[in-house]
Parts: sequence; C-alpha cells; structure tokens
Amino acid sequence: MGSRLWTGSSETGLAQMAKDSNSKGRLYSILVPTYNERLNIALLCYLLFKTLNDLDVDFEVIVVDDASPDNTQDVVRQLQRVYGEDKILLRPRVAKLGLGTAYVHGLKHASGDYIVIMDADLSHHPKYLPSFIRKQLETDADIVTGTRYLEGGGVHGWDLRRKLTSRGANVLAHTLLWPHVSDLTGSYRLYRKPVLEELVKACVSKGYVFQMEMIVRATRKGYTIAEVPITFVDRVYGTSKLGAQRTCDQVRWTGNSFIASLEKSFFEHGLHWWPVLSLSSHLERGNFF
Amino acid sequence: MKQVFKFFGVVGTLVALWIALLLSTELSPAVRLVVPYLPVYALVALGCYGLGMVGYGLMVFPTCPEEAVLLQKDIDEAKAFLKQKGVYVATQ
Repeated sequence: MGSRLWTGSSETGLAQMAKDSNSKGRLYSILVPTYNERLNIALLCYLLFKTLNDLDVDFEVIVVDDASPDNTQDVVRQLQRVYGEDKILLRPRVAKLGLGTAYVHGLKHASGDYIVIMDADLSHHPKYLPSFIRKQLETDADIVTGTRYLEGGGVHGWDLRRKLTSRGANVLAHTLLWPHVSDLTGSYRLYRKPVLEELVKACVSKGYVFQMEMIVRATRKGYTIAEVPITFVDRVYGTSKLGAQRTCDQVRWTGNSFIASLEKSFFEHGLHWWPVLSLSSHLERGNFF
Repeated sequence: MKQVFKFFGVVGTLVALWIALLLSTELSPAVRLVVPYLPVYALVALGCYGLGMVGYGLMVFPTCPEEAVLLQKDIDEAKAFLKQKGVYVATQ
C-alpha cells in the first residue's frame, strides 16, 4: 500500500519533480460525466484550467454528457471556443445510460496515460489535482485516491443522518472487507489508464456503488493505492442524484456479491461478504434509519 | 491472499480455540459454565465494536466550513471570467 503521509504541495516542487522523474510529456485525461450541469461544468472548467495551467503538465478534459435536458452540451461547446477543442473534448451519449458505462465511453476517447475521475458538481475541487499528480510521481502508485477521513480532509454540508450512514457504511465495509483505504466511497481519483480499463471491465455494480467496488477490486488485484486528503463541499448548485439511496446501494452490493459468488465460483469472488446479507435486507426495509 | 482465506483463517482459529476450551477437562467449574456462551459474547463484542467505531467516527467527523467560503470565492471569480468571455450558462 502506498504511504498515507502527505507533506503539503508546492507547485515549484511539483515542476521540479516532474523534471526529475522524466514525466514531462505525460498526458492527464480528466473524465467528467455530466447530467444537467450547465453552470457547474463551466465553473469546473475555469477552475481546472486555472489550476493546471500553472503547472507544467499536459491535460485534456473529457466531458461525457448523457443528453442533458438543460443542454449542458451547449455550454461545453462555448467552453471549447474559449479553451480550445483539443483541450476540452465533448463526447456525448444519446441517453442517460449510467455512470459505469460513462467511464467506459470516456476511456475510449481518452489519449492520456493517466485518467482523473471527478464529479462535475464542484464537490471535487480542482485545486487538489496538483497533490494527486505529485503523490503519483512520488509513490509511482497505480491509483491515487482522495480521502475525506485523513488529516487535512473533511466534509462540509452533511447533516447528522448523512454522516451516520457514511460512517456506518465505512465501518461495515472495513470490518468485513479490510480494504486498506480510508475512504471507500470517495470518487475523486487518479488512475493509470490500463488499471482503470481493467477495473471498469471487472466491475458489476451500477451507479455510485461502482466507485466502492472499483477500489475494493483494486486492492484485491494488488494494485498500489496512495491516498491524498481532500475536502468535500456538498454540491452548491443543482440537485443531488444520489441522496440517501447511496448507502443502501452500497450495502446491497456487498450482499449481492455473495449471491454472485455462489453462482459463479465459490472461492473466486469472495464469500467474505455473507454477513452483510441479512444486514442489507434490514437496511433496505429502512429498519435502521 | 484471497480475502476469503484470511476471513476463514481468523474465524477458524477462533472456533478451534473455542472447541479446544469446550473439550478441555482441566478448567475450573466456574470457567466451564462460561465457555459454551463465548460465541455469543464474541458477537456482542463485535457489535459493540461496530457501534463504538460509528460513534467515534461521528465524534471526530472532519468538517471544513472554511472550504465552503473558499469555494464560493472561486465560484464568483469563475462567474466573472465566464461573463467576460461571453459564456452563457443560465438554464435555458
């Protein structure tokens, strides 16, 4: 596992490191799935370019829009005129087809060696990208994942119920799955492209549980994972697409994996998820919340 | 190593210890009374651990109200830039 220590980040240090490790010419593809994010995608692009133009790195932004009714694509085209069509790539799809397949779709069009995945709703701030890149250069990790639960990280805008479900799900998953990652549900991550391609192919769950499945599978496959602290400010504009469903989905996934493992091969996929099965049924009926 | 082997390694060791205790004849009568119920104690202890961890997690839950203020500043800056560049972002 990668070191969890994080020692601040200065941009000159990053530039120096980029030179030292001969990483110039590395291309980072930033994958942003959107649905009804007219305002947020514009704000995000401004912050991305502001942050990354200061650094000596090449990058491209790939927006995968699922035919948003608010015409998010129109804003992306305007942004292309400001920043250039080689910097912002619009790769729309014809209907709302889900998050997992959005990554598959975006990956097909990504030419970078490293893929950054982030949400468009500004809960993932681009100002942390330098620390992701720096951490990857330092540790040569396969995955760098943002964590809210280490020194320097944090969450803003959650009520007690949301905190309770988040902590509960994390304790449950840590007790049963031993993932060696402090924040399973965070989705602000940097991947080596082939690693992400393999993980995306292997994952079976839909929606936001997908993020958790990917990181657990990554630890099982023995990829090195480093962590950097991030802060998470709950979305300012627009409505959340996940809500309270998320924790239930998360628990249901751990349960369903057990059934899948029985069907497929007993020892391949993880019998260790079985105690969650009865718990998940209670959670689904809302017995705990 | 596969998670399933680790998991059953731990569980198997505990069960083996318990059976060894059940079968041993050198225990005092007081201890013998307790031994059959050890798995129940273990489950209760695990539950307490879980609740304790959730409670502790809630107690030390990291928050960052200052980040919300910083983000709002960034948003204002971005909006000014977009307006200047003529990017139209209002919902149609």
